[in-house]
Amino acid sequence: MAWNIAHPITGLFGGLLIGLAAAIMLLGLGRIAGVSGLAARALGLSDGGAPLPIAWAFIIGLPLGAAAVALTIGSIPTRFSSATTTLLAGGLLVGFGTRLGSGCTSGHGVCGLSRLSPRSAAATATFMLAGIATVATMRALGIAW
Amino acid sequence: MKRALIAGLAGLLFGAGLTLSGMVDPVRVRGFLDLFGGAWDPTLGFVMIGAILPMAIAWRIRLRLLQPLAGDRFNVPETAAITPRLLIGAVLFGIGWGIAGLCPGPAIADLALRPVPAAIFVAAMIIGFGLHRLVDRKGPPPAPAGR
Repeated sequence: MAWNIAHPITGLFGGLLIGLAAAIMLLGLGRIAGVSGLAARALGLSDGGAPLPIAWAFIIGLPLGAAAVALTIGSIPTRFSSATTTLLAGGLLVGFGTRLGSGCTSGHGVCGLSRLSPRSAAATATFMLAGIATVATMRALGIAW
Repeated sequence: MKRALIAGLAGLLFGAGLTLSGMVDPVRVRGFLDLFGGAWDPTLGFVMIGAILPMAIAWRIRLRLLQPLAGDRFNVPETAAITPRLLIGAVLFGIGWGIAGLCPGPAIADLALRPVPAAIFVAAMIIGFGLHRLVDRKGPPPAPAGR
């Protein structure tokens, strides 16, 4: 069977898996499934947080899960920017910003919003608007991607 | 060991969900952020709804548990303060997200699918983590995400 990844149903289903994963982290281990925090923790770049085996196991699971899906359903579109500067600038800002703002799409967007956290709602609205403004600005300036 | 296996299973499901939903594709993510391009891609919104549903139930179950099923205590943030640090961090993150079409989860999952560009992004992200650690060591540690 061929998955139509363009379909919202696959988005909803993939989202359910993400939410299930976050629920396992919360109810099983008492932890927030925040990828930026767990990644920084695994690398020794944050004080406190999950024990190292938990942080590393979760982070290593991400590419393994991606590989398992790719092996099962075939090619997965992954259209990256061809400009290395785009990847470097984006990575630096995402790394610094998620640590300063204490979370990313998973920690604030999934775990925080589902808890009706005003702090996470403010963070999520802010990074969504900043992302929309950035894409609009790049489009207006005709910056190649 | 048991706890690491549980975390590994959660990571696996998380990575599988990101991949099935198309969120490992930076063009799809930027398509959601691109409100003015004439071809808005709503998928990321469906992913968020799908992810929030089980987690909303999980937060309610948590209220009935004294401790996690395989842990000693719940380590979840209890602060609700909306600080300048939170908002400035979210702005910087959002700009980087819009520039590259990648946030931390999909970028790390993409290490298995597109190793070279994903590794360039992830390496820069780790440098960003390190820069933050260098400049933001003063003052009390900020509350993590989730509250």
